[in-house]
Order: sequence, then C-alpha cells, then structure tokens
Amino acid sequence: MSLAEKFEWPRPDYSRVPYRLYHDKDIFTQEMDKVFRGDCWLFLGLEAEVKNPGDFRTTYLGDTPVIYNRGPDGKVHAFVNRCAHRGATVRREPFGNAKDHTCIYHRWNYDLEGNLQGVPFQRGVHGKGGLSPDFDKGDHGLRKLRVESYHGILFATFSDKVQRLVDYLGPNHAHHLKRLMHKPIKVLGYMRQHIYGNWKFYNENLRDLYHGVLLHEFQTTFAIARMTQQGGSKLDPRHRHNLSWGIEGTDSDEDAAKAYKEARVRDGQLTLKDDSFLGFRQEFPDRISISICSVFPNACFQQIRNSLATRHIRPKSVDDFELYWTIFGYEDDTPEMIRHRILQSNMIGPAGLISLEDGEAVEIVHRATHRETDTATVVEIGGRGPIVGTEIDSLCIDIPCRGFWSYYSELMGIEADGGIR
Amino acid sequence: MIPPRHREAINDLLLDYGALIDGDKLEQWLDFFTDDCLYKIVPRENVVQNLPGVIVLCENKNMLIDRIVSYREANEYNLHYDRHIISNIRIRDLPERDAYAAEASYAVYQTNMDGESRLFSVGEYRDKILIQNGAAKIKEKVIIVDTYSIPTLLATPL
Repeated sequence: MSLAEKFEWPRPDYSRVPYRLYHDKDIFTQEMDKVFRGDCWLFLGLEAEVKNPGDFRTTYLGDTPVIYNRGPDGKVHAFVNRCAHRGATVRREPFGNAKDHTCIYHRWNYDLEGNLQGVPFQRGVHGKGGLSPDFDKGDHGLRKLRVESYHGILFATFSDKVQRLVDYLGPNHAHHLKRLMHKPIKVLGYMRQHIYGNWKFYNENLRDLYHGVLLHEFQTTFAIARMTQQGGSKLDPRHRHNLSWGIEGTDSDEDAAKAYKEARVRDGQLTLKDDSFLGFRQEFPDRISISICSVFPNACFQQIRNSLATRHIRPKSVDDFELYWTIFGYEDDTPEMIRHRILQSNMIGPAGLISLEDGEAVEIVHRATHRETDTATVVEIGGRGPIVGTEIDSLCIDIPCRGFWSYYSELMGIEADGGIR
Repeated sequence: MIPPRHREAINDLLLDYGALIDGDKLEQWLDFFTDDCLYKIVPRENVVQNLPGVIVLCENKNMLIDRIVSYREANEYNLHYDRHIISNIRIRDLPERDAYAAEASYAVYQTNMDGESRLFSVGEYRDKILIQNGAAKIKEKVIIVDTYSIPTLLATPL
C-alpha cells in the first residue's frame, strides 16, 4: 500500500494530523529513508566533543549508527558505523581517541576519514585464498556523510543536493545558534531519556508553545514563567524549525492573576524554600531568559536561564526514541559559574522540574492513539490557514507544529492537495 | 572497628530508605537527611568521562524538600509504584568521629496502573552517614545510575 492510500490530510493547512502517521511501521521505515537520509541537515554533535585529532564519538542519525571523529587534517568526519565487509558495528565504544577504526570481526581497518586501509591476508596465505587482485579498497570505505560546522555545532547529511547549511537554518535560527555559540564551549555532561512514543510527538512538543506553562506546572506553581510574559515564536522562511522565546519579568502579577483566573488555571500558590539556584545571570546582549530552538528533524538547542543544552532526538522504532541531552557551559566559566549551571540543570532532563512532564505527555498520547486509523489530532491554537511571516508574537500558539508537518510532507512526498508551505 | 550498633543503624537506615519511598512516605523519608545534606543522581556515563553533569542535585535539605513539594503539588509524571531492592551493603569507617561510608547496589522496579512491572533503574549508592544522638543520618547520597537512559522520566527519588 502506498503512503497516499494509507491516509489523507483532512485539511491543507495541516491543522489536522492523522494519528496513523505516528504509528505505522512502513511510514517509519520511509522516514528513515526520506527524512533522515533525505535532503536535510541533521544535528550530529559538537566540535567541543572531538577537540583533538583522533577524538571520536558514536551516535545515531535516525536509527543509523554513526561515528564522528576529528581527522589528522583537523576536520570532523562522519561515517556510518557499519563495516563495509560483513556489516558489523565497527566502533562499539561511545567515545575515545584512536589513530584508526578496526572492526573486530575480520580486522578490516579504516582511517579517520572512513577509507578502508587494511585487509588482513588480502593476498591470501601461501598464494591461496584472499581477495582477488582487482579488489579496489577505494570502493569499500565506510559510508561517508557530509559534515558542516556552524559555529561549533556539527550537522551532517546523507544528501549531496541539500541546500547550504546556513540557508537550511534560515536567518532567525542562524542568528540564535551563533548567539548560543558566541564563545568556545565546554561539555559538562550528558543525560538520556528513553521515551516510549513516536519521535514526531516530541517534535510537536518542541513547537507547541501553548503547553509550556500548562503542562509544566512548576513554572506557574512557583510563579517562574507565565503565559502573560513577553515571548513568542520565530520561524525560518520554510516554517520547519521553531524558536520559542520568552523574557521573564515582562508581565505584572495583576495581569497574570486575571488571565489565569479567566482561564481557570492555577497560578503562583507556593514558594520554594531554596530558590537561590534559579537566579538568571545575564550573559547575552538580549534579555531572553528562555529559548527553545528546534531544528528539523532531530535537534533542539536550549537556554533556560543559564542552563544550556542540546537535545538530540534519536528514533529507535515507530514506538520509541531516545532523547539525548548534552549539557554545556563556556570554556571561560569560573568554577562557580559551572556549579550554577549544573544546579540549574535541575530544571531540565528526565528529572527536570520543568521538563520531566514531556516524557509523560508523549507517552500518554502515543498510548491512546495507536489504534486510531481514521481520526486526527487538532492543531489550531493560534489560528488556521497559511502561516504568515516568520515572527509570531504570542505564547498561546501551536502554529509551528503545522510548519513541521508541511516540510515533513514535502520530504516524504505526501503533501496535502494545495498544502501550505 | 565499627561498633555493631552503628552497623545495625546504618543497615536499617539503608533499608528503611527504600521502604519509605516504596510506601510513598516521602515526607518521612526526608527526615533521614541532615540539614546540610547532599543528594545527587549521576549518570554512570558522566562518571566514566569525568564530567560534572548530573540529573538531580540538591545541595541542602531545603532543596530536597522543594523537590518533594514540587512532586506533590506541581509535577505531572507517570503514575506508578516503586519497589527498591537494596543489597551488597558495604560499610567503612571514616576518619571523622561517628562518620561512615556506605555503599550498596540498588534495583528499582516500577509498576504501572495496569499492574505491569518493569525494571526502571539499577545502580549504586555511595553514602556518607553520620551517627547523631544514636540515629543514623544521611550526610551525602550520591546515586550512580547504570540505567542512564532513563525510561520515560524520573519523578520519585531513587
């Protein structure tokens, strides 16, 4: 059955998303091909993780295992972590430093650019066996990806016709990533969360500003962030990425109390016994205190006050994905600033006071919709119809979700008739 | 030489620690900590890479109380029961008076509201325990998580 036969878009503005898209195994298989190996840039990792020649890390792009390392040429190279001989995982360690990569199965050996450089007993033994003389090692390297760094953030692609990275990001996102990476960074640690739901539910979560202060009640209970403060969304011209931003302290308690009372949502009832770790130290020229910058299809770059992190979405199957958090600070941080950032990571990650709920939100939607073949989710907070411009001045929206679906559909070849872009 | 009554108090503390979480008596569980306690949950992969990042860090009892209040009043999480299995308890004397290092292995199973259980987390406790007025109190609890790809989310203490 072709994808077009499996479902149809109820509306051309993607304000209804058929649940089938989150649960169908064939659709997942095609996503790995057309999205993750298709014409887009994928977030790979950070240059700061592979500083020295020979430094390597293993990761996943979609469900494809990938190695990235810094070569002797000083550049970062990435290739599929699968031996060209019999398909074994070449590098089993998560990180390290090495002169080359050797598969343990038959000891085929690759250089740091993924080229095959050594095959044991290539000429056989006593003139018998081995590879035929016309075997060309140049044809049997690890499958290479194209890698580009944007101010220290590494992106990779399987495509040779994707647009330039900076154009793919668009001006708002390029500006924001440059802001985050305005000086050399230092990785402080990792967190992982294995969520039993479809990876696209999380992409929607990142583009749904409406849930922020409704689901994450820590913020309202302790009066930290509110729907009434200044903030909104910035998009790229194709509307595939989203940058949710907010500035704390830009609303009055009276405004907030009134709005929340009208919405019948609880507001600021409790105080923390020790809120010293929450303080926001200005470190950017703007006053933005929260920014959740998602880049299609597998990345989020986050600043929550002084807590900085990347989030890497690693789909495992149609039913689960890993969310891989890399916490970072700057190389010139004082020990005290590092401590402050680490204390603020209490807010993020699988146990984060304002993020742990996302795991539950994704799972309860996934669980309740798996049998739905002809119903759809409702995406129209902030309006319907075409997405106009690249700035939306409200936190009470989920418009960027529709942009995600529009671009996803383009890559998958399943755009709605007259679908918006 | 560790006085047997101290050894007994530390053993009881470690086991009661798990039982109180499993019984949802988290407010009572807080009483096990000193006011200047440290409570830290660390992924094993960060320990291996010598990186300071943590999953949870409370640098005093007030922060730990806030965690529990937030869990009760604000956070949404997967509805579940916890079950701790705590074993391989090793106790060492520390140079300070009435202070001990205690290490133990733990496994936490979670059971959802359909009565299905899963292994949620395995790892290690590295505690510093003080004997104060005959009672054992936790001065430091560092939890090193082997299951560092946390299933779903982490809301109740390990």
